[in-house]
Amino acid sequence: MSTIISTKFSRRSFLRTSSLASGGMLIGFNFFTACKDNVKMPVDISKLNYNDFNAFIKISDEGMVTLFSPNPEIGQGVKTSMPMIIAEELDVPWANVNVVQGILDTQNYTRQVAGGSQSIRFGWDALRQTGATARQLLVNAAAARWGVDPSECSAKQGVITNAKGETLGYGDVVKEAAKLQIPTSEGAEEEESKSENPEFKDTKAQEVAGKVKLKDPKDYTIIGTDVGNVDIDKIITGKPLFGLDYKVEGMVYASVLRPPAFGQVLESYDDGAAKAVPGVLDVIKIGEKAKALLEKEQVNWTAILSPSEKVVVIAENSWAAIKGKKALDAKWTESSPLESTKAHDKILTDLLDGNEFQNMRKDGDVQKAFKEADKIVEQTYESPFLPHNTMEPMNFFADVTDSKILLVGPVQTPADAASTVAELLGRNQEDIRLEMTRMGGGFGRRLYGDFVYEAAEISDKIRRPVKMFSTREDDMMTGVYRPAIKYRIAASIKNGEVTGYHLKEAAVNGNMYGLIPNFFPAGAIENYQVDVANYKSNITTGAWRAPYTNFLSFAEQSFLDELAENLDKDPVQMRLDLLEKVKGTTDDRIQYSAERLQDVLKLAVEKSGYRNPKDGVYQGVCAYYCHNTHVAEVADVVMEGNQPVVKKITVAVDCGIVINPLGAKNQIEGGAIDGIGHSMYSDFVFENGMATSNNYDKYRLIRMKETPIVETHFVKNTLSPTGLGEPALPPAAAAVAIAMKKATGNRIYKQPFLRNMDSKPILG
Amino acid sequence: MPTYKLQINGVSQEIEATPDMPLLWALRDNLDMVGTKYGCGIGQCGSCTVHVDGYATRSCQLQVSQLEGKEITTIEGLSQDGSHPVQQAWKEVDAPQCGYCQSGQIMTASAFLESNPNPSREEIRSAMHGNICRCASYNRIENAVVMAAEKKMA
Repeated sequence: MSTIISTKFSRRSFLRTSSLASGGMLIGFNFFTACKDNVKMPVDISKLNYNDFNAFIKISDEGMVTLFSPNPEIGQGVKTSMPMIIAEELDVPWANVNVVQGILDTQNYTRQVAGGSQSIRFGWDALRQTGATARQLLVNAAAARWGVDPSECSAKQGVITNAKGETLGYGDVVKEAAKLQIPTSEGAEEEESKSENPEFKDTKAQEVAGKVKLKDPKDYTIIGTDVGNVDIDKIITGKPLFGLDYKVEGMVYASVLRPPAFGQVLESYDDGAAKAVPGVLDVIKIGEKAKALLEKEQVNWTAILSPSEKVVVIAENSWAAIKGKKALDAKWTESSPLESTKAHDKILTDLLDGNEFQNMRKDGDVQKAFKEADKIVEQTYESPFLPHNTMEPMNFFADVTDSKILLVGPVQTPADAASTVAELLGRNQEDIRLEMTRMGGGFGRRLYGDFVYEAAEISDKIRRPVKMFSTREDDMMTGVYRPAIKYRIAASIKNGEVTGYHLKEAAVNGNMYGLIPNFFPAGAIENYQVDVANYKSNITTGAWRAPYTNFLSFAEQSFLDELAENLDKDPVQMRLDLLEKVKGTTDDRIQYSAERLQDVLKLAVEKSGYRNPKDGVYQGVCAYYCHNTHVAEVADVVMEGNQPVVKKITVAVDCGIVINPLGAKNQIEGGAIDGIGHSMYSDFVFENGMATSNNYDKYRLIRMKETPIVETHFVKNTLSPTGLGEPALPPAAAAVAIAMKKATGNRIYKQPFLRNMDSKPILG
Repeated sequence: MPTYKLQINGVSQEIEATPDMPLLWALRDNLDMVGTKYGCGIGQCGSCTVHVDGYATRSCQLQVSQLEGKEITTIEGLSQDGSHPVQQAWKEVDAPQCGYCQSGQIMTASAFLESNPNPSREEIRSAMHGNICRCASYNRIENAVVMAAEKKMA
């Protein structure tokens, strides 16, 4: 756990400066790493090539600041919160800051991925250091002009003041600052300056160079304040922002017919009727190149390639493309067996009953603990596949010519998408320019680049700018899904204590990975074992908001509640006691902090009134750690008639320093409601390889009337910030299920909950 | 292809389209007004909501051939500059996450407040139930409608 003071930046070479022909100063930096030494800065802002750095700060002669932010925005707010960190250390009024979405830098790319709630966690040190270094550079320039020592000067809100009270605006000194040596951090070793202007040999400047010092959190004026979404004006007035909104002169629209069932490949097609649809320009076939790539070794983890060729309708407008696709007559043949949810249910149960497991963690001797137990509690928890259902369906723009490839659209892994396209089309990476748009939701779906390759392959074939877009039906039926998973958890009880814990996972395709088997209650129970087994399916599965923990948390936290009931213990006290045993652990696999998890649990209990619930209010509590953030939630359920209704969720969060409380709360509210909605209502079934739901009339998402009020409380501390896109989701379903048990007497083991209950709506 | 005259945001627009083309795609593809969003194409999600003669209507379910003589308002025409009380409330509450569904939400809310200027929270929740927000910013949307009603009354 790092504290706020720590920073790994001893080098100053992660940053370059340059003056701009158009006036002002440009500071180039890499969001997450120090840079190579041989980089060049652009001198003309209109020709930024982003080859050397992946982010820029421009300070104009008027002192206005433009931040070119490279991280894709999928709705998690990093386009606002990351620039806030730079602006804080730079010390400029937020009103003077303008944020522009950057273009992909394929050269120095490090972590330009929106996923895993990691953007803020990785960016924290680098962003602060960048802002602080730029501030010191400006201070040094002002000091040089005044002929005083930089230590006598201070900077605040875009204005530098000296001991005599004289002032200079940032804009007044940008020209000089651009020529100065980059200052080093306090405590850092001296290094040769990496200023872009080697002709600048003013040694005096170097002598006066004040050192970079990060602000004390108590002096923050932007971090910790409510800052609205930087794109809000465009959103509320309907300006073009999203991939689907992108358009160029001469662009055509493409709708792709993919196999309707997993396991099928294209055999033949008749495009006569499709070509007769007014507005349809052509019908082509793609997929040969993707197929060829599929036969090579794994490209990268984001590359999902279909074994089937696809038929593409090219049209003047979207409607003609949709109608043309409906008019296609295609024949499909089976290349692998057509699977069904019913068969998966049996396969996963058989896996849980069997012995073919891979061990993920083993402490002590679970078998022995079970043999010696007074009592064993065992339950099985089941979840369906889930589609992502981003509101903006998959789409991408591509313009492939002999000299270049332009790709524009919403993708969470732009660097991987660009490199796969280069491989797919046999082109140089340097020919590719990828611009990211704002994304109408991601939830993990846009980590996978299949739609980018389709757009590129289409444009490569027709040699025209094209927008490939999916319909809702395409998205739901030919997507990437949260895998169906079953967990079986058993625990042994001896003399009123939990002595053993054994969790088995059976999953379609994927299994929990990395550090997940070391989350709570790992470390708290002497004999502890996690085993996984999986069944390889031809249905594409992948990350879905809070991968694995989105359902694992429901299973484990529901189980812990049942365990407390069996032990006749208070479920809060039982968790606090278990966590007490983890304190001071020397097991470095344990990522969560027992103290922080206890603290959020206590905070949620206090704020929700859990100890003294109102008459008729049934409360369920749980605490969970995932994606580096500690969260506890209490759900309030009341009975209206015979119907349990979720009224409120109280969320306690420890995410370290909260950069933007307004944005952070939005993430938490959305995460909790998303978690409840999907566990309560969303079901997704396959029959003969085909999804049985293809649009919102057959697939239920939570809506306004079903939504509980979410009340958020933060643990206040000065620890490094962690992300919030995911961690509020996993605990929500368990909190609700536990409250439902109190309200109705019935435990829930299967998602969606409605399958276990009355099919009438459960209102929030 | 036939031509149709549509009255959109107070301006008469002529488009060339097949009679069955949904207003949604005419707006987006023919007229470059992309604030109206595609979400489901079957009138279930509300992303494409516009006003037709003042009523909130799903533009994916309206064919251009049915619309001559109707007054159509889209998010681009709700106000010149984002100053409509519903837009201002959306901004103050900071309602959006990804933002994709929000123009549809705003169009539903603005038509609703014309017919019910002083709604209860329960009425707001019913009125907004047809618009899906996949990011689930429902608490904020509800609060924004409450605030918009106050702004309109003021």
